[in-house]
Amino acid sequence: MFAESDLNARNKRVQGLFRMLFLMMTILLIVPVAIILFTLVSKGGSVISIDFLFTNPTDGMTAGGIFPALLGTVWIVAVALLASVPLGVAAAIYLNEYAGDNWFTRLIQLAIINLAGVPSIVHALFGVGAFVIFFGFGTSILAASLTLAIMTLPIVIVSTRESLRAVPQAFREACWNMGATRWQTIRRIVLPNAISGILTGVILEVSRTAGETAPIMFTGAAFFLPFLPQGVFDQTMAMSLHLFVVATQVPGVPEELPFGVALVLIAMVLIMNSISIAFRMYLRGKKKW
Amino acid sequence: MPEASSTNLASTADFDRRDLDWYIDKVVQLIVFFAGISAIIFIIGIFVFITMEGLGFLFEDFTFKEFFLSPFWEPSDEDAPEYGILALIAGTASVTGLAMIVAIPFSLGAAIYIGEFATGKVRETLKVLVELLAAIPSVVWGFIGLSIMNPLIIDLFDVPVGLNVLNAGIILGLMAAPIMTSIAEDALKAVPDRYREAAEALGATRWQVIFKTVLPAAKNGLLGAVLLGVGRGFGETMAVLMATGHAVNIPGSLFDPVRALTATIAAELGETAVGSPHYQALFTIGIFLFIITFLINLTADLIVRGIRKG
Repeated sequence: MFAESDLNARNKRVQGLFRMLFLMMTILLIVPVAIILFTLVSKGGSVISIDFLFTNPTDGMTAGGIFPALLGTVWIVAVALLASVPLGVAAAIYLNEYAGDNWFTRLIQLAIINLAGVPSIVHALFGVGAFVIFFGFGTSILAASLTLAIMTLPIVIVSTRESLRAVPQAFREACWNMGATRWQTIRRIVLPNAISGILTGVILEVSRTAGETAPIMFTGAAFFLPFLPQGVFDQTMAMSLHLFVVATQVPGVPEELPFGVALVLIAMVLIMNSISIAFRMYLRGKKKW
Repeated sequence: MPEASSTNLASTADFDRRDLDWYIDKVVQLIVFFAGISAIIFIIGIFVFITMEGLGFLFEDFTFKEFFLSPFWEPSDEDAPEYGILALIAGTASVTGLAMIVAIPFSLGAAIYIGEFATGKVRETLKVLVELLAAIPSVVWGFIGLSIMNPLIIDLFDVPVGLNVLNAGIILGLMAAPIMTSIAEDALKAVPDRYREAAEALGATRWQVIFKTVLPAAKNGLLGAVLLGVGRGFGETMAVLMATGHAVNIPGSLFDPVRALTATIAAELGETAVGSPHYQALFTIGIFLFIITFLINLTADLIVRGIRKG
Protein backbone atom coordinates (compact mmCIF):
# COMPACT_ATOMS: atom_id res chain seq x y z
CA MET A 1 0.00 0.00 0.00
CA PHE A 2 0.97 3.60 -0.53
CA ALA A 3 1.56 5.70 2.53
CA GLU A 4 -0.96 8.49 2.84
CA SER A 5 0.62 11.84 2.08
CA ASP A 6 -0.29 15.10 3.80
CA LEU A 7 -1.97 16.35 0.65
CA ASN A 8 -4.03 13.21 0.45
CA ALA A 9 -5.18 13.51 4.04
CA ARG A 10 -6.09 17.16 3.59
CA ASN A 11 -8.06 16.41 0.45
CA LYS A 12 -9.98 13.76 2.31
CA ARG A 13 -10.79 16.15 5.14
CA VAL A 14 -11.98 18.82 2.71
CA GLN A 15 -14.09 16.27 0.91
CA GLY A 16 -15.69 15.12 4.15
CA LEU A 17 -16.37 18.73 5.07
CA PHE A 18 -18.13 19.51 1.80
CA ARG A 19 -20.10 16.30 1.96
CA MET A 20 -21.37 17.29 5.40
CA LEU A 21 -22.15 20.82 4.22
CA PHE A 22 -24.26 19.64 1.29
CA LEU A 23 -25.97 17.03 3.42
CA MET A 24 -26.88 19.74 5.93
CA MET A 25 -28.30 21.88 3.14
CA THR A 26 -30.44 19.01 1.91
CA ILE A 27 -31.68 18.35 5.42
CA LEU A 28 -32.39 22.04 6.00
CA LEU A 29 -34.45 22.02 2.84
CA ILE A 30 -36.61 19.13 3.98
CA VAL A 31 -36.84 19.48 7.75
CA PRO A 32 -38.71 22.82 7.96
CA VAL A 33 -41.36 21.47 5.63
CA ALA A 34 -41.61 18.30 7.69
CA ILE A 35 -42.13 20.43 10.81
CA ILE A 36 -44.77 22.49 9.01
CA LEU A 37 -46.61 19.37 7.85
CA PHE A 38 -46.47 17.97 11.36
CA THR A 39 -48.01 21.21 12.69
CA LEU A 40 -50.76 21.01 10.08
CA VAL A 41 -51.56 17.45 11.10
CA SER A 42 -51.48 18.13 14.84
CA LYS A 43 -53.68 21.23 14.57
CA GLY A 44 -56.05 20.09 11.83
CA GLY A 45 -56.26 16.40 12.57
CA SER A 46 -58.93 16.78 15.23
CA VAL A 47 -61.33 18.46 12.76
CA ILE A 48 -61.27 15.69 10.23
CA SER A 49 -63.99 13.10 10.33
CA ILE A 50 -66.37 11.41 7.91
CA ASP A 51 -68.92 14.10 8.79
CA PHE A 52 -66.43 16.87 8.00
CA LEU A 53 -65.85 15.45 4.53
CA PHE A 54 -69.49 14.80 3.68
CA THR A 55 -71.59 17.63 5.15
CA ASN A 56 -72.22 21.22 4.07
CA PRO A 57 -70.58 24.20 5.75
CA THR A 58 -72.94 25.84 8.25
CA ASP A 59 -73.17 29.05 10.31
CA GLY A 60 -71.63 31.30 7.65
CA MET A 61 -68.86 28.75 6.99
CA THR A 62 -67.62 28.81 10.59
CA ALA A 63 -68.79 25.26 11.24
CA GLY A 64 -69.85 22.12 9.42
CA GLY A 65 -68.04 20.27 6.64
CA ILE A 66 -66.50 20.79 3.23
CA PHE A 67 -68.56 18.52 1.00
CA PRO A 68 -69.52 21.13 -1.68
CA ALA A 69 -65.89 22.21 -2.03
CA LEU A 70 -64.67 18.63 -2.27
CA LEU A 71 -67.27 17.76 -4.90
CA GLY A 72 -66.56 21.00 -6.76
CA THR A 73 -62.86 20.18 -7.00
CA VAL A 74 -63.75 16.75 -8.41
CA TRP A 75 -65.96 18.45 -11.03
CA ILE A 76 -63.31 20.99 -12.01
CA VAL A 77 -60.53 18.38 -12.23
CA ALA A 78 -62.68 15.96 -14.23
CA VAL A 79 -63.73 18.53 -16.83
CA ALA A 80 -60.18 19.90 -17.07
CA LEU A 81 -58.83 16.38 -17.71
CA LEU A 82 -61.45 15.73 -20.41
CA ALA A 83 -60.09 18.74 -22.27
CA SER A 84 -56.37 18.54 -21.62
CA VAL A 85 -55.59 14.82 -21.75
CA PRO A 86 -56.74 14.15 -25.36
CA LEU A 87 -55.20 17.42 -26.55
CA GLY A 88 -51.95 16.90 -24.65
CA VAL A 89 -51.53 13.28 -25.74
CA ALA A 90 -52.22 14.24 -29.38
CA ALA A 91 -49.71 17.09 -29.16
CA ALA A 92 -47.10 14.73 -27.71
CA ILE A 93 -47.79 12.22 -30.49
CA TYR A 94 -47.21 14.96 -33.04
CA LEU A 95 -43.98 16.09 -31.37
CA ASN A 96 -42.54 12.61 -30.92
CA GLU A 97 -43.88 10.69 -33.93
CA TYR A 98 -44.31 13.26 -36.69
CA ALA A 99 -42.33 16.46 -36.08
CA GLY A 100 -38.80 16.76 -37.40
CA ASP A 101 -35.91 18.36 -35.56
CA ASN A 102 -36.30 21.88 -36.95
CA TRP A 103 -37.04 25.48 -35.98
CA PHE A 104 -40.79 24.92 -36.04
CA THR A 105 -40.59 22.11 -33.47
CA ARG A 106 -38.32 24.26 -31.33
CA LEU A 107 -40.92 27.04 -31.53
CA ILE A 108 -43.58 24.63 -30.25
CA GLN A 109 -41.27 23.57 -27.42
CA LEU A 110 -40.65 27.18 -26.50
CA ALA A 111 -44.41 27.77 -26.43
CA ILE A 112 -44.86 24.76 -24.13
CA ILE A 113 -42.15 26.01 -21.75
CA ASN A 114 -43.78 29.42 -21.67
CA LEU A 115 -47.24 28.00 -21.14
CA ALA A 116 -45.86 26.33 -18.03
CA GLY A 117 -44.03 29.49 -16.97
CA VAL A 118 -46.77 32.10 -17.36
CA PRO A 119 -47.96 33.14 -13.86
CA SER A 120 -51.17 31.47 -12.76
CA ILE A 121 -52.87 34.84 -12.30
CA VAL A 122 -52.17 35.68 -15.96
CA HIS A 123 -53.84 32.39 -16.91
CA ALA A 124 -56.75 33.61 -14.78
CA LEU A 125 -56.90 36.89 -16.72
CA PHE A 126 -56.87 34.92 -19.96
CA GLY A 127 -59.68 32.71 -18.65
CA VAL A 128 -61.76 35.77 -17.80
CA GLY A 129 -61.11 37.46 -21.14
CA ALA A 130 -61.51 34.37 -23.31
CA PHE A 131 -63.87 31.88 -21.68
CA VAL A 132 -65.98 33.98 -19.30
CA ILE A 133 -66.50 37.01 -21.57
CA PHE A 134 -65.56 36.26 -25.19
CA PHE A 135 -66.99 32.74 -25.48
CA GLY A 136 -69.81 33.64 -23.09
CA PHE A 137 -69.47 30.68 -20.71
CA GLY A 138 -69.88 33.04 -17.75
CA THR A 139 -68.27 32.15 -14.44
CA SER A 140 -68.77 28.41 -14.64
CA ILE A 141 -67.08 25.06 -14.10
CA LEU A 142 -66.47 24.96 -17.86
CA ALA A 143 -64.57 28.28 -17.90
CA ALA A 144 -62.53 27.38 -14.81
CA SER A 145 -61.70 23.89 -16.10
CA LEU A 146 -60.66 25.10 -19.54
CA THR A 147 -58.39 27.72 -17.95
CA LEU A 148 -56.78 25.03 -15.81
CA ALA A 149 -56.60 22.64 -18.77
CA ILE A 150 -54.50 25.11 -20.76
CA MET A 151 -52.33 25.84 -17.75
CA THR A 152 -51.59 22.16 -17.04
CA LEU A 153 -51.32 21.12 -20.70
CA PRO A 154 -47.48 21.20 -20.57
CA ILE A 155 -47.48 18.54 -17.82
CA VAL A 156 -49.41 16.09 -20.03
CA ILE A 157 -47.40 16.91 -23.14
CA VAL A 158 -44.00 16.56 -21.48
CA SER A 159 -44.75 13.34 -19.59
CA THR A 160 -46.51 11.72 -22.56
CA ARG A 161 -43.68 12.65 -24.86
CA GLU A 162 -41.18 11.12 -22.48
CA SER A 163 -43.04 7.81 -22.35
CA LEU A 164 -43.46 7.77 -26.15
CA ARG A 165 -39.74 8.35 -26.52
CA ALA A 166 -39.06 5.36 -24.27
CA VAL A 167 -40.71 2.99 -26.78
CA PRO A 168 -37.82 1.58 -28.85
CA GLN A 169 -37.68 2.70 -32.49
CA ALA A 170 -37.30 -0.95 -33.56
CA PHE A 171 -40.90 -1.61 -32.44
CA ARG A 172 -42.14 1.04 -34.89
CA GLU A 173 -39.92 -0.14 -37.73
CA ALA A 174 -41.08 -3.74 -37.32
CA CYS A 175 -44.65 -2.57 -37.55
CA TRP A 176 -44.07 -0.36 -40.61
CA ASN A 177 -42.43 -3.30 -42.34
CA MET A 178 -45.64 -5.25 -41.92
CA GLY A 179 -47.32 -2.57 -44.04
CA ALA A 180 -49.03 -0.71 -41.22
CA THR A 181 -49.71 2.99 -41.60
CA ARG A 182 -48.20 5.46 -39.17
CA TRP A 183 -51.45 5.77 -37.21
CA GLN A 184 -51.93 1.98 -37.04
CA THR A 185 -48.43 1.72 -35.64
CA ILE A 186 -49.07 4.43 -33.08
CA ARG A 187 -52.41 3.02 -31.99
CA ARG A 188 -51.47 -0.66 -31.81
CA ILE A 189 -47.78 -0.57 -30.87
CA VAL A 190 -46.60 2.79 -29.52
CA LEU A 191 -49.56 3.83 -27.35
CA PRO A 192 -50.12 0.43 -25.66
CA ASN A 193 -46.43 0.36 -24.74
CA ALA A 194 -46.50 3.92 -23.42
CA ILE A 195 -49.91 3.98 -21.74
CA SER A 196 -48.73 3.46 -18.18
CA GLY A 197 -46.17 6.24 -18.50
CA ILE A 198 -48.89 8.53 -19.85
CA LEU A 199 -51.06 7.62 -16.88
CA THR A 200 -48.42 8.71 -14.34
CA GLY A 201 -48.35 12.10 -16.05
CA VAL A 202 -52.14 12.34 -15.89
CA ILE A 203 -52.16 11.58 -12.15
CA LEU A 204 -49.56 14.31 -11.69
CA GLU A 205 -51.80 16.70 -13.58
CA VAL A 206 -54.76 15.79 -11.35
CA SER A 207 -52.74 16.76 -8.30
CA ARG A 208 -51.65 20.05 -9.83
CA THR A 209 -55.15 20.94 -11.04
CA ALA A 210 -56.72 20.20 -7.66
CA GLY A 211 -54.36 22.56 -5.82
CA GLU A 212 -54.55 25.62 -8.09
CA THR A 213 -56.43 28.63 -6.75
CA ALA A 214 -55.73 31.82 -8.69
CA PRO A 215 -56.92 30.56 -12.11
CA ILE A 216 -60.34 29.52 -10.79
CA MET A 217 -61.02 32.49 -8.49
CA PHE A 218 -62.63 34.60 -11.20
CA THR A 219 -63.55 31.98 -13.76
CA GLY A 220 -65.83 29.57 -11.93
CA ALA A 221 -65.15 29.00 -8.26
CA ALA A 222 -67.41 30.73 -5.73
CA PHE A 223 -66.80 31.66 -2.09
CA PHE A 224 -69.97 30.00 -0.92
CA LEU A 225 -72.87 28.32 -2.70
CA PRO A 226 -75.90 26.90 -0.96
CA PHE A 227 -76.35 24.22 -3.64
CA LEU A 228 -74.25 21.66 -5.46
CA PRO A 229 -73.37 22.15 -9.16
CA GLN A 230 -75.76 20.43 -11.58
CA GLY A 231 -73.75 20.84 -14.77
CA VAL A 232 -70.71 22.46 -16.36
CA PHE A 233 -72.38 25.87 -16.67
CA ASP A 234 -72.90 26.19 -12.91
CA GLN A 235 -70.48 27.80 -10.51
CA THR A 236 -69.04 25.66 -7.77
CA MET A 237 -67.07 25.82 -4.57
CA ALA A 238 -63.54 24.35 -4.64
CA MET A 239 -61.15 23.06 -1.98
CA SER A 240 -58.29 25.42 -2.77
CA LEU A 241 -60.43 28.55 -2.82
CA HIS A 242 -62.32 27.34 0.25
CA LEU A 243 -59.04 27.26 2.18
CA PHE A 244 -58.29 30.84 1.09
CA VAL A 245 -61.79 31.95 2.06
CA VAL A 246 -61.94 30.36 5.52
CA ALA A 247 -58.36 31.48 6.23
CA THR A 248 -58.72 35.12 5.23
CA GLN A 249 -62.23 36.22 4.32
CA VAL A 250 -64.61 34.86 6.95
CA PRO A 251 -64.61 36.36 10.45
CA GLY A 252 -65.05 34.14 13.50
CA VAL A 253 -63.75 30.89 12.05
CA PRO A 254 -62.52 28.55 14.81
CA GLU A 255 -58.75 28.22 14.61
CA GLU A 256 -58.66 24.51 13.73
CA LEU A 257 -61.11 24.68 10.81
CA PRO A 258 -58.74 26.10 8.16
CA PHE A 259 -56.05 23.67 9.36
CA GLY A 260 -58.49 20.85 8.69
CA VAL A 261 -59.25 22.18 5.19
CA ALA A 262 -55.53 22.61 4.46
CA LEU A 263 -54.85 19.10 5.67
CA VAL A 264 -57.51 17.56 3.39
CA LEU A 265 -56.21 19.57 0.40
CA ILE A 266 -52.58 18.68 1.00
CA ALA A 267 -53.49 15.03 1.61
CA MET A 268 -55.36 14.90 -1.71
CA VAL A 269 -52.41 16.36 -3.57
CA LEU A 270 -49.68 14.33 -1.87
CA ILE A 271 -51.60 11.05 -2.19
CA MET A 272 -52.07 11.62 -5.94
CA ASN A 273 -48.38 12.43 -6.28
CA SER A 274 -47.30 9.40 -4.28
CA ILE A 275 -49.46 7.14 -6.44
CA SER A 276 -47.84 8.64 -9.52
CA ILE A 277 -44.33 8.16 -8.13
CA ALA A 278 -45.01 4.59 -6.93
CA PHE A 279 -46.51 3.74 -10.31
CA ARG A 280 -43.43 5.12 -12.07
CA MET A 281 -41.06 3.08 -9.90
CA TYR A 282 -43.12 -0.08 -10.41
CA LEU A 283 -42.97 0.46 -14.18
CA ARG A 284 -39.25 1.05 -14.18
CA GLY A 285 -38.73 -2.24 -12.40
CA LYS A 286 -40.98 -4.06 -14.83
CA LYS A 287 -39.64 -2.77 -18.12
CA LYS A 288 -38.93 -5.58 -20.54
CA TRP A 289 -36.61 -3.84 -22.98
CA MET B 1 -42.80 13.83 -48.61
CA PRO B 2 -45.18 10.85 -48.27
CA GLU B 3 -47.24 12.27 -51.19
CA ALA B 4 -44.45 11.68 -53.70
CA SER B 5 -43.82 8.06 -52.83
CA SER B 6 -47.52 7.17 -52.84
CA THR B 7 -48.07 8.61 -56.33
CA ASN B 8 -45.20 6.44 -57.48
CA LEU B 9 -46.85 3.32 -56.14
CA ALA B 10 -50.28 4.38 -57.35
CA SER B 11 -49.13 4.18 -60.96
CA THR B 12 -49.79 0.45 -60.75
CA ALA B 13 -53.34 0.07 -59.51
CA ASP B 14 -52.49 -3.06 -57.51
CA PHE B 15 -50.30 -1.14 -55.14
CA ASP B 16 -52.70 1.72 -54.49
CA ARG B 17 -52.65 2.09 -50.71
CA ARG B 18 -55.39 4.69 -50.67
CA ASP B 19 -57.82 2.50 -48.73
CA LEU B 20 -59.78 3.52 -45.64
CA ASP B 21 -56.71 3.13 -43.40
CA TRP B 22 -54.72 5.46 -45.64
CA TYR B 23 -57.36 8.18 -45.30
CA ILE B 24 -57.65 7.64 -41.55
CA ASP B 25 -53.89 8.03 -41.34
CA LYS B 26 -54.02 11.36 -43.17
CA VAL B 27 -56.88 12.65 -40.99
CA VAL B 28 -55.07 11.64 -37.79
CA GLN B 29 -51.91 13.31 -39.00
CA LEU B 30 -53.86 16.53 -39.48
CA ILE B 31 -55.49 16.26 -36.03
CA VAL B 32 -52.24 15.68 -34.14
CA PHE B 33 -50.62 18.49 -36.10
CA PHE B 34 -53.25 20.93 -34.84
CA ALA B 35 -52.89 19.55 -31.32
CA GLY B 36 -49.13 20.02 -31.70
CA ILE B 37 -49.40 23.70 -32.58
CA SER B 38 -52.05 24.30 -29.89
CA ALA B 39 -49.39 25.42 -27.43
CA ILE B 40 -48.37 28.20 -29.83
CA ILE B 41 -52.02 29.14 -30.38
CA PHE B 42 -52.63 29.32 -26.63
CA ILE B 43 -49.57 31.49 -25.96
CA ILE B 44 -50.65 33.89 -28.70
CA GLY B 45 -54.25 33.63 -27.43
CA ILE B 46 -53.22 34.54 -23.89
CA PHE B 47 -51.36 37.60 -25.12
CA VAL B 48 -54.17 38.68 -27.46
CA PHE B 49 -56.97 38.28 -24.92
CA ILE B 50 -55.28 40.04 -22.01
CA THR B 51 -54.15 42.81 -24.36
CA MET B 52 -57.70 43.15 -25.70
CA GLU B 53 -59.10 43.58 -22.19
CA GLY B 54 -56.37 46.01 -21.17
CA LEU B 55 -56.31 48.00 -24.41
CA GLY B 56 -58.73 50.74 -23.34
CA PHE B 57 -56.49 51.64 -20.41
CA LEU B 58 -53.35 51.57 -22.53
CA PHE B 59 -54.83 54.14 -24.90
CA GLU B 60 -56.59 56.43 -22.42
CA ASP B 61 -55.32 56.57 -18.83
CA PHE B 62 -51.93 54.99 -19.35
CA THR B 63 -48.82 57.11 -19.19
CA PHE B 64 -45.48 55.40 -19.06
CA LYS B 65 -44.21 57.78 -16.40
CA GLU B 66 -47.10 57.32 -14.02
CA PHE B 67 -47.47 53.57 -14.53
CA PHE B 68 -43.85 52.60 -13.95
CA LEU B 69 -42.54 55.46 -11.81
CA SER B 70 -45.36 56.43 -9.47
CA PRO B 71 -45.41 54.58 -6.14
CA PHE B 72 -49.13 55.30 -5.70
CA TRP B 73 -51.61 52.61 -6.61
CA GLU B 74 -54.94 54.25 -5.87
CA PRO B 75 -57.28 53.04 -8.58
CA SER B 76 -60.47 53.51 -6.57
CA ASP B 77 -59.86 57.18 -5.74
CA GLU B 78 -62.90 58.82 -7.35
CA ASP B 79 -61.41 62.25 -8.11
CA ALA B 80 -57.92 61.41 -9.23
CA PRO B 81 -57.23 57.69 -9.49
CA GLU B 82 -53.52 56.86 -9.72
CA TYR B 83 -52.14 53.80 -11.43
CA GLY B 84 -48.50 53.55 -10.38
CA ILE B 85 -47.00 50.09 -10.05
CA LEU B 86 -43.56 51.08 -8.78
CA ALA B 87 -44.40 50.03 -5.21
CA LEU B 88 -45.90 46.77 -6.49
CA ILE B 89 -42.76 46.06 -8.52
CA ALA B 90 -40.69 46.82 -5.40
CA GLY B 91 -42.89 44.43 -3.44
CA THR B 92 -42.52 41.62 -5.95
CA ALA B 93 -38.79 42.25 -6.35
CA SER B 94 -38.04 42.35 -2.61
CA VAL B 95 -39.97 39.15 -1.90
CA THR B 96 -38.53 37.31 -4.90
CA GLY B 97 -35.03 38.58 -4.08
CA LEU B 98 -35.17 37.33 -0.50
CA ALA B 99 -36.68 34.05 -1.68
CA MET B 100 -33.74 33.54 -4.03
CA ILE B 101 -31.22 34.34 -1.26
CA VAL B 102 -32.90 31.61 0.77
CA ALA B 103 -33.45 29.13 -2.04
CA ILE B 104 -30.37 29.31 -4.27
CA PRO B 105 -27.67 28.03 -1.84
CA PHE B 106 -29.91 25.36 -0.38
CA SER B 107 -31.28 24.07 -3.64
CA LEU B 108 -27.87 24.00 -5.34
CA GLY B 109 -26.35 22.33 -2.25
CA ALA B 110 -29.14 19.78 -2.14
CA ALA B 111 -28.83 19.14 -5.88
CA ILE B 112 -25.08 18.51 -5.48
CA TYR B 113 -25.65 16.18 -2.55
CA ILE B 114 -28.43 14.23 -4.25
CA GLY B 115 -26.73 14.14 -7.64
CA GLU B 116 -23.08 13.65 -6.71
CA PHE B 117 -22.77 12.25 -3.18
CA ALA B 118 -25.89 10.25 -2.36
CA THR B 119 -26.28 6.76 -3.77
CA GLY B 120 -28.87 4.00 -3.92
CA LYS B 121 -31.84 4.15 -1.58
CA VAL B 122 -30.84 7.44 0.08
CA ARG B 123 -30.75 9.15 -3.28
CA GLU B 124 -34.11 7.73 -4.39
CA THR B 125 -35.75 8.72 -1.11
CA LEU B 126 -34.39 12.27 -1.24
CA LYS B 127 -35.53 12.66 -4.85
CA VAL B 128 -39.05 11.51 -3.96
CA LEU B 129 -39.15 13.86 -0.97
CA VAL B 130 -38.08 16.82 -3.08
CA GLU B 131 -40.70 15.95 -5.68
CA LEU B 132 -43.41 15.79 -3.01
CA LEU B 133 -42.33 19.14 -1.54
CA ALA B 134 -42.69 20.69 -4.98
CA ALA B 135 -46.29 19.47 -5.16
CA ILE B 136 -47.63 21.39 -2.15
CA PRO B 137 -50.21 23.88 -3.53
CA SER B 138 -49.43 27.59 -3.25
CA VAL B 139 -52.61 28.36 -1.31
CA VAL B 140 -51.42 25.93 1.37
CA TRP B 141 -48.07 27.77 1.49
CA GLY B 142 -49.96 31.03 1.87
CA PHE B 143 -51.94 29.55 4.71
CA ILE B 144 -48.70 28.37 6.36
CA GLY B 145 -47.36 31.94 6.12
CA LEU B 146 -50.54 33.27 7.64
CA SER B 147 -51.06 30.81 10.46
CA ILE B 148 -47.61 29.38 11.34
CA MET B 149 -44.93 31.85 10.18
CA ASN B 150 -46.88 34.95 11.23
CA PRO B 151 -47.03 34.21 15.00
CA LEU B 152 -43.48 32.79 14.81
CA ILE B 153 -42.07 36.05 13.39
CA ILE B 154 -44.02 38.14 15.93
CA ASP B 155 -42.54 36.06 18.77
CA LEU B 156 -38.98 35.84 17.47
CA PHE B 157 -38.43 39.44 16.39
CA ASP B 158 -40.88 41.22 18.66
CA VAL B 159 -42.68 43.04 15.83
CA PRO B 160 -46.42 43.89 15.85
CA VAL B 161 -47.29 42.10 12.57
CA GLY B 162 -45.60 39.08 11.06
CA LEU B 163 -46.96 39.42 7.52
CA ASN B 164 -44.08 41.09 5.69
CA VAL B 165 -41.18 40.72 3.26
CA LEU B 166 -39.43 38.26 5.58
CA ASN B 167 -42.44 35.96 5.88
CA ALA B 168 -43.30 35.92 2.18
CA GLY B 169 -39.63 35.64 1.18
CA ILE B 170 -39.08 32.56 3.33
CA ILE B 171 -42.34 30.97 2.19
CA LEU B 172 -41.53 31.65 -1.45
CA GLY B 173 -37.99 30.36 -0.94
CA LEU B 174 -39.27 27.10 0.54
CA MET B 175 -41.68 26.84 -2.40
CA ALA B 176 -39.12 27.49 -5.12
CA ALA B 177 -36.29 25.42 -3.62
CA PRO B 178 -37.60 21.92 -4.47
CA ILE B 179 -38.27 22.91 -8.08
CA MET B 180 -34.85 24.50 -8.43
CA THR B 181 -33.30 21.43 -6.79
CA SER B 182 -34.76 19.02 -9.32
CA ILE B 183 -33.90 21.21 -12.32
CA ALA B 184 -30.36 21.74 -10.99
CA GLU B 185 -30.00 18.02 -10.39
CA ASP B 186 -31.05 17.38 -14.00
CA ALA B 187 -28.37 19.83 -15.09
CA LEU B 188 -25.72 17.93 -13.08
CA LYS B 189 -26.96 14.64 -14.51
CA ALA B 190 -26.54 16.05 -18.03
CA VAL B 191 -22.75 16.27 -17.47
CA PRO B 192 -21.34 13.13 -19.12
CA ASP B 193 -19.86 10.54 -16.76
CA ARG B 194 -16.65 10.41 -18.79
CA TYR B 195 -15.82 13.94 -17.51
CA ARG B 196 -15.97 12.62 -13.94
CA GLU B 197 -14.04 9.47 -14.84
CA ALA B 198 -11.31 11.46 -16.57
CA ALA B 199 -10.91 13.75 -13.56
CA GLU B 200 -10.86 10.81 -11.14
CA ALA B 201 -8.28 9.05 -13.27
CA LEU B 202 -6.04 12.09 -12.79
CA GLY B 203 -6.28 11.57 -9.03
CA ALA B 204 -8.93 14.17 -8.17
CA THR B 205 -11.02 13.59 -5.07
CA ARG B 206 -14.79 13.67 -5.25
CA TRP B 207 -15.10 17.33 -4.26
CA GLN B 208 -12.35 18.30 -6.70
CA VAL B 209 -14.26 16.48 -9.42
CA ILE B 210 -17.41 18.40 -8.46
CA PHE B 211 -15.82 21.85 -8.15
CA LYS B 212 -13.34 21.73 -11.00
CA THR B 213 -15.19 19.57 -13.52
CA VAL B 214 -18.89 19.01 -12.90
CA LEU B 215 -19.94 22.50 -11.78
CA PRO B 216 -18.15 24.36 -14.60
CA ALA B 217 -19.64 21.94 -17.12
CA ALA B 218 -23.13 22.30 -15.65
CA LYS B 219 -22.85 26.08 -15.22
CA ASN B 220 -25.45 27.01 -17.82
CA GLY B 221 -27.93 24.41 -16.68
CA LEU B 222 -27.62 25.63 -13.10
CA LEU B 223 -28.09 29.22 -14.21
CA GLY B 224 -31.20 28.09 -16.08
CA ALA B 225 -32.50 26.46 -12.89
CA VAL B 226 -31.96 29.69 -10.96
CA LEU B 227 -33.72 31.74 -13.65
CA LEU B 228 -36.72 29.40 -13.67
CA GLY B 229 -36.84 29.78 -9.88
CA VAL B 230 -36.88 33.57 -10.29
CA GLY B 231 -39.69 33.26 -12.84
CA ARG B 232 -41.62 31.07 -10.48
CA GLY B 233 -41.21 33.51 -7.59
CA PHE B 234 -42.16 36.42 -9.78
CA GLY B 235 -45.39 34.80 -10.89
CA GLU B 236 -46.45 33.26 -7.60
CA THR B 237 -49.84 34.58 -6.55
CA MET B 238 -51.71 33.00 -3.64
CA ALA B 239 -48.74 32.60 -1.28
CA VAL B 240 -47.62 36.23 -1.65
CA LEU B 241 -51.21 37.45 -1.43
CA MET B 242 -51.59 35.81 1.96
CA ALA B 243 -48.11 36.26 3.46
CA THR B 244 -46.92 39.74 2.41
CA GLY B 245 -49.40 41.82 4.42
CA HIS B 246 -50.74 43.27 1.17
CA ALA B 247 -49.96 46.94 1.79
CA VAL B 248 -48.82 49.20 -1.08
CA ASN B 249 -45.41 50.17 0.18
CA ILE B 250 -41.80 50.45 -0.95
CA PRO B 251 -40.13 48.33 1.72
CA GLY B 252 -37.41 49.85 3.90
CA SER B 253 -36.77 46.75 5.99
CA LEU B 254 -37.50 43.04 6.11
CA PHE B 255 -40.36 43.70 8.50
CA ASP B 256 -42.31 46.03 6.22
CA PRO B 257 -45.47 44.70 4.64
CA VAL B 258 -45.53 44.92 0.84
CA ARG B 259 -47.84 44.08 -2.00
CA ALA B 260 -46.97 42.08 -5.12
CA LEU B 261 -48.07 42.63 -8.72
CA THR B 262 -49.75 39.24 -8.94
CA ALA B 263 -51.51 39.61 -5.60
CA THR B 264 -52.94 42.98 -6.63
CA ILE B 265 -54.69 41.38 -9.59
CA ALA B 266 -55.95 38.50 -7.46
CA ALA B 267 -57.28 40.78 -4.73
CA GLU B 268 -58.92 43.45 -6.89
CA LEU B 269 -60.20 41.79 -10.06
CA GLY B 270 -63.31 40.50 -8.30
CA GLU B 271 -64.34 43.97 -7.11
CA THR B 272 -64.00 45.88 -10.38
CA ALA B 273 -66.64 46.36 -13.06
CA VAL B 274 -65.79 44.71 -16.40
CA GLY B 275 -64.40 47.36 -18.75
CA SER B 276 -63.74 50.03 -16.10
CA PRO B 277 -60.32 51.74 -16.11
CA HIS B 278 -59.39 49.91 -12.90
CA TYR B 279 -60.28 46.55 -14.49
CA GLN B 280 -58.28 47.43 -17.60
CA ALA B 281 -55.33 48.60 -15.47
CA LEU B 282 -55.26 45.17 -13.80
CA PHE B 283 -55.08 43.53 -17.23
CA THR B 284 -52.25 45.92 -18.12
CA ILE B 285 -50.35 44.59 -15.09
CA GLY B 286 -51.11 41.14 -16.52
CA ILE B 287 -49.51 42.12 -19.85
CA PHE B 288 -46.43 43.34 -17.97
CA LEU B 289 -46.21 40.06 -15.99
CA PHE B 290 -46.66 38.04 -19.18
CA ILE B 291 -43.86 39.88 -20.98
CA ILE B 292 -41.44 39.64 -18.04
CA THR B 293 -41.98 35.92 -17.45
CA PHE B 294 -41.81 35.30 -21.20
CA LEU B 295 -38.39 36.98 -21.29
CA ILE B 296 -37.18 35.06 -18.22
CA ASN B 297 -38.27 31.72 -19.69
CA LEU B 298 -36.81 32.56 -23.09
CA THR B 299 -33.45 33.50 -21.53
CA ALA B 300 -33.40 30.34 -19.41
CA ASP B 301 -34.17 28.25 -22.48
CA LEU B 302 -31.45 29.92 -24.57
CA ILE B 303 -28.86 29.50 -21.80
CA VAL B 304 -29.66 25.82 -21.27
CA ARG B 305 -29.76 25.18 -25.01
CA GLY B 306 -26.43 26.94 -25.39
CA ILE B 307 -24.67 24.26 -23.37
CA ARG B 308 -26.20 21.42 -25.38
CA LYS B 309 -24.78 22.83 -28.59
CA GLY B 310 -21.38 23.80 -27.20
